Amino acid sequence: MPHFARLYNFACWLTQDRAAAEDLVQESFVKALKGFSSFQQGTNFRAWIYRILRNTFLTSQAGLKATVPLDSDDDAPSEPATTETPESVLLARVEQQTIQKALEELPVNYREIILLCDLEEMSYQEISQALAIPMGTVMSRLSRARKAMRSLLTAGSGGTEG
Amino acid sequence: MNCDLCREKLDAYVDESLPAEELAAVDGHLRDCPSCATEALARLQLKRATRAAAARFSPSPEFRLRMESAIQKKRRPISKIAWAPWLSAAAVALVLIAVSSTLLTRHAEREQAVAELLDMHVATLASTNPVDVVSTDRHTVKPWFQGKLPFTFNLPELQDSQFKLLGGKLIYFNHNPGAQLLFELRKHQLSVFIVQNQPGGLPLGSGVRQTSENGFSEETWTESGLRYVVISDAGAADVHGLSDLLRAAARQ
Repeated sequence: MPHFARLYNFACWLTQDRAAAEDLVQESFVKALKGFSSFQQGTNFRAWIYRILRNTFLTSQAGLKATVPLDSDDDAPSEPATTETPESVLLARVEQQTIQKALEELPVNYREIILLCDLEEMSYQEISQALAIPMGTVMSRLSRARKAMRSLLTAGSGGTEG
Repeated sequence: MNCDLCREKLDAYVDESLPAEELAAVDGHLRDCPSCATEALARLQLKRATRAAAARFSPSPEFRLRMESAIQKKRRPISKIAWAPWLSAAAVALVLIAVSSTLLTRHAEREQAVAELLDMHVATLASTNPVDVVSTDRHTVKPWFQGKLPFTFNLPELQDSQFKLLGGKLIYFNHNPGAQLLFELRKHQLSVFIVQNQPGGLPLGSGVRQTSENGFSEETWTESGLRYVVISDAGAADVHGLSDLLRAAARQ
């Protein structure tokens, strides 16, 4: 089962629930097996299977409850500036848990694109295929997502300083 | 390039997704602008920290077994009923296995290549004669490789930098000759490996790639048909600093 463990990790981040993630992975693999004929040879297999998982998530109960519509980049709220603390100093203090908490708090469309880029190390082209969005949207959404992440980390750091 | 434009490109820069021309422009700006260089380093650190923090959930053995069993069940009844679906399922299984094994093999090859170079670096540091040509002068070290290697390379001018050249030696990697250069920064030593970038020779990927493991940092890239790998325990920023100097020298 290629990508099984990584898809499970990704599913956990999307659903934020292990049982729901298991259902999501299982359903995605079943769909992949059934729909393999729709996979075009020569295209990216990893992007294809992540796309199946994401689409399955979007049509699940958990996905429908996602607070932010996944394809509404144009009207996404702008994030506050985060220049008050140098990040290099900030990051030295930030615990792994703080980053995990920030990821959890991100809107799901920001969370998924950061995971695909930073954890899965997908190229922008692959992300474009996995999320079914244009390359330009990949770059703009990623930029907003990281800004939001930095904002959350700065806020988190401010709250824990003593 | 000004700071505003540079900052716009920094995400793509740390994601190694900039076209060559823009990469050179950002590299050039970062060399001259400490503020943007600090920002670039911070974004790189955040990317790495995110990668470490996000690899959080593992499937339980029970779930894995359940999945394998479910997939087996999907295949078995089909095989008894008709040939076409059976062939389809078999093709899927074969492709999945092929894709999986190719990815695993590539990953394993890369890990092995990095581990081998890291071993060579550590062995060099432990040796009483770490280099064959001992000189801080690039005009002595570079000519020493003439006739020993099927390629040539440029070494950077280090007069205004913190790095000091210690020398070099001939290595063999994947049955091909290459150069190992040793540099010093404060009390740390940095190895630079240069080999020909042959197809299938060094499975390290393309573009600038940085990783850190076991306290060592590594940066690798290709330039003019040569594969460069810089390894040291001096820290990712220092490894990147030397890498920048080498890239600039290679483009002269």
